[in-house]
Amino acid sequence: MDSALTLLSFGPDGWGDNIALGALITVSLALATLPFGLVAGFFVALAKQSGEPSLRLAGNIYTTIFRGLPELLTLFLVYYGGQIALQALMRSLGQETTIEINAFLAGMIALGVMFSAYASEVFLSAFRAIPRGQYEGGYAVGLTGFQTMRLVVLPQIIRIALPGLSNLWLNLLKDTALVSVIGLSDILRQTGIAARVTNQQFLFFGIACLVYLVLAIISSFGISAIERSVAQRGAPK
Amino acid sequence: MSVIAMDTAAVEKPPEARRGWPASRILGWSLMIFWGAVALGIVVYLFGVWNPALFDRYLPAYMSGLWVTLQLVLISIVIGAVLSVPIAYGRMSSNRWLGGFAYGYVYFFRGTPLLAQTFLIYYGLGSFRPQLEAVGLWSFFRDAWYCAIFAFSLNTAAYQAEILRGAIQSVSKGQWEASKALGLDRLKTLRLIVMPQAMLVALRPYGNEIILMIKGSAIVSIITVYDLMGETRRAFSRTFDFQTYIWAAIIYLLIVEVLRFVTERIEGRLTRHLVRR
Repeated sequence: MDSALTLLSFGPDGWGDNIALGALITVSLALATLPFGLVAGFFVALAKQSGEPSLRLAGNIYTTIFRGLPELLTLFLVYYGGQIALQALMRSLGQETTIEINAFLAGMIALGVMFSAYASEVFLSAFRAIPRGQYEGGYAVGLTGFQTMRLVVLPQIIRIALPGLSNLWLNLLKDTALVSVIGLSDILRQTGIAARVTNQQFLFFGIACLVYLVLAIISSFGISAIERSVAQRGAPK
Repeated sequence: MSVIAMDTAAVEKPPEARRGWPASRILGWSLMIFWGAVALGIVVYLFGVWNPALFDRYLPAYMSGLWVTLQLVLISIVIGAVLSVPIAYGRMSSNRWLGGFAYGYVYFFRGTPLLAQTFLIYYGLGSFRPQLEAVGLWSFFRDAWYCAIFAFSLNTAAYQAEILRGAIQSVSKGQWEASKALGLDRLKTLRLIVMPQAMLVALRPYGNEIILMIKGSAIVSIITVYDLMGETRRAFSRTFDFQTYIWAAIIYLLIVEVLRFVTERIEGRLTRHLVRR
């Protein structure tokens, strides 16, 4: 039996490089999802706090659906549903092909819509924390609606929403593990393969948990750095 | 007098209802038309693929899967609630070892994916088969169902401990002091004074935790437990009929919405003395 250190080393005998590659894929999936989820979440929040009832209703339907569905089911709906829909589309265009959606892309879409549904709630409560006077002040000094949003409201929103968004980021990092089920070679899949080949299940799944923990710890350092810089920028001079 | 009164009336008049079609209304309506089209598309699709044979075959399976999901969540939540009490106590205690252990426990279970924890317990504990057989626990950890309950209970215990701690600490110190002044001991204070107030705060987080567990429980289908998601995956792999997933989505959405509604009703009922009329 190989010792644990050999198994975890980099190189042909060890699985260290595979796991590192998996960690890279996990992080890049989460990072690729984040901007899409943030922007979509912001616009859904805008819709939900608008004065127009139909817009509010449309935003609430979005949140209800994507917060209510299990993460795994959403992923399967995107992955299999997307394939079936694309194939039907190609067939109607007169082409018979089997299309396979990239697992990374399916993961990005599924995680992105879920992230944005939760993020919209965070942004919404941040919007509600900003008094009307801030908008009125913006208009009074002659800013347009867009300028008021960008220069007056948004900087405050970011500061209020940051703790909630950091929580969502940590959830997103954990939810990426689900994409291993549809075949993306992330941490959990790589360690799963290593566990099966070497028959050292506890070691490798324990390592998987540790890698996720390390990512969470690194994230919290990053988050507190961002919080500090945002707080400094917001401080009165 | 009349000038001031008129001004107030002018200020307090409700804003004019917006007429016509501003951009936001056009956008809102087109989005609602989009959602309507999606709903209609799903209904038309489900009608188009309507297949009584499929229903005869898989409806009982879905029902048993739903029952498995609910059982799993209920059992885990109850065990987790029991386990969360000592953990929350540890988190609030000033003892360094106890506090450190509770902090580490919560950090581990909240910082790693539930799927990885489930794998660690279901596959990982297989590495200790001889030892587990020696203490007679192997038959427990061999079974995916028990492993799932074990993993979910430990996981939700960490989350519930944080809910409990947050709720208890939200009750102000003065409540403890006043109760001490009346001569109540600590346990009585907790039971009679602090808990009734803390539970009001904790109600919504507990409701959310149950919803998260129902959604999270879908992953047990990966370790071959046939819950609602497991039955759905089995039905899909046999029929390649996409409506199997659509029905599962509808069932999950219904459960989650019913739970959210019930939590809100309970909260509204229990906090009716706090609402200012």
